[in-house]
Amino acid sequence: MTDPTPTDTAPPPPAGTLGPLAWLRANLFSSWFNGLLTVLILWGLVELIPPLVHWLVIDSVWGPADPQTCRLADGACWAFIHEKYRLILFGTYPYDDQWRPLLAVMIIVALLAASCDPRTWCRLILPMWAIGIALVLVLMFGGVFGLAYVENTRWGGLPVTLLLSVVGLAAAFPVAILLALGRRSDLPVVKALSVVYIEMIRGVPLISLLFMSSVMLPLFLPTGVTIDKLLRAQIAMIMFASAYLAEVIRGGLQGLDNGQYEAADSLGLGYWQKVRLVILPQALAMVIPPIVNTFIAFFKDTSLVLIIGIFDLMTAAKAALTDMYWRGFYKEAYLFVAVFYFCFCFFMSKYSKWLEARTARGVRR
Amino acid sequence: MTDQAGAVATDRGDHDPIIQMIGVSKWFGAFNVLRDIQLTIDRGERIVICGPSGSGKSTLIRCINRLEEFQSGRIIVDGIPLTNNVRDIEAVRREVGMVFQQFNLFPHLTVLENCTLSQVWVRKRSKAEAERVARHYLERVRIPEQADKYPGQLSGGQQQRVAIARSLCMNPKVMLFDEPTSALDPEMVKEVLDVMISLAETGMTMLVVTHEMGFAKSVADRVLFMDRGEIVEQAPPDQFFTNPTSERTKLFLSQILSH
Repeated sequence: MTDPTPTDTAPPPPAGTLGPLAWLRANLFSSWFNGLLTVLILWGLVELIPPLVHWLVIDSVWGPADPQTCRLADGACWAFIHEKYRLILFGTYPYDDQWRPLLAVMIIVALLAASCDPRTWCRLILPMWAIGIALVLVLMFGGVFGLAYVENTRWGGLPVTLLLSVVGLAAAFPVAILLALGRRSDLPVVKALSVVYIEMIRGVPLISLLFMSSVMLPLFLPTGVTIDKLLRAQIAMIMFASAYLAEVIRGGLQGLDNGQYEAADSLGLGYWQKVRLVILPQALAMVIPPIVNTFIAFFKDTSLVLIIGIFDLMTAAKAALTDMYWRGFYKEAYLFVAVFYFCFCFFMSKYSKWLEARTARGVRR
Repeated sequence: MTDQAGAVATDRGDHDPIIQMIGVSKWFGAFNVLRDIQLTIDRGERIVICGPSGSGKSTLIRCINRLEEFQSGRIIVDGIPLTNNVRDIEAVRREVGMVFQQFNLFPHLTVLENCTLSQVWVRKRSKAEAERVARHYLERVRIPEQADKYPGQLSGGQQQRVAIARSLCMNPKVMLFDEPTSALDPEMVKEVLDVMISLAETGMTMLVVTHEMGFAKSVADRVLFMDRGEIVEQAPPDQFFTNPTSERTKLFLSQILSH
């Protein structure tokens, strides 16, 4: 280095700032503490991963097998899932008709996929969902077009979880917007009603709302009038979700600059025009992360309906475990169910990131 | 002119007033921000309102399109008395454009959409017609090429010109300007003032709250000086700047014209 050779090109960066060694130093060993963490994590991974791979793959029992083979093996018993997956996914729905809930699930997933693009939101989305959900209900209930009637106490598994959460959120969202607007209203009665509703529902655990809807509500109804159990649970979940979402949306309304309200007013826009065209597009875009947070929490909370005896995905997995012949394979059952929950939640989280980036386009101030 | 407006006695009987403020007073809590304002503005008049901060000048023009409530007195705009009636308020707002200090463009819409939104929803114009009008006024404020950008991509001066175009698209009878150049970098003030001057030349009725005394001198028919919620002095610009009668006006002018 004492005699640098003259060169035409720009001088190279100092030695040791490029290459894999430099990357290692910058990212994994930048200080003694980070170095220690790196070593600890590496040690943890070495301890964890090989046994996990053994249990999940190498030593596990795949394909059809009887429980005895599973009990002798050291690994996971995927034969249990092979045996029970239809019970877990579709509950006690008549076995030969299980193509119907499968199709229903596919329709719901297709609806979700089609709703991802904000460009479909203006006109298509309402009729699309109305037709889609009607189709799902026809498939699930049957009783027309030569489909055998299946009452909803026999529904179970994934379609129930999806219906409860998707219909729940779709119905709760507009209610939540009205509640959030109501809470900021100048009209004292509207404001008071919104505050009381939000605070009452938020102050109660979801489980107690579900209990109330399934146990207490029938006591108040006149004899002869019954509301379906699934519908009652659905209503309780809509009430719950709307109260939480309302507060999230109110945060967005309050974060919006007052000048936006004044500009809309000064142009002569009426209240609902102002809300729809100016306020909500901006307020909702601001609170996408907490909205999706609420969505994800709500999706997983639907598993609480098991306490009032509704057969959602989680309950169906528990039911599969009660088979005397196949007792004890709870790890496999819960892992299987977890994969489904994870897929939906991960998709929501990724979608929210994409949507955030997309709406941020115009809002660079 | 409706009976109500016509019944109001003014000393300008031969004129054609578009805005009348009669004994308007307003309080923010216990603070008396406007005191018994008497003001009549004719069609086509250009008014500049100046005064120290906190003197109530912004509040005064914000009362005209009812962005601020007032507790006593009457305001009649183009024959429509401003009451708590939402329909009357919206009717007045349709005819009164406003330009804000902070522009207040809608950041989620493009420049063109900013200009067409209220035309389509309030004036019930077709989308094509609204876009034609919008492009016409964007041309007038000299930024037709920015129509498809978002407000956040424009400079402050450009944003304020879009805000002016957005208001003009509604074909208002009166334009209110609330310190339109105060939030701008110095090099952008002129482009906005130029647009306002050319607007004044078309005969638009304008009320402008501003500290730009050069603009007042070249454009205003009348300059109003406000202090502590009162209109202390009003006069044509040559008289206002050369021969003010009130001590408070003299003090204010000496402060803003001394450097």
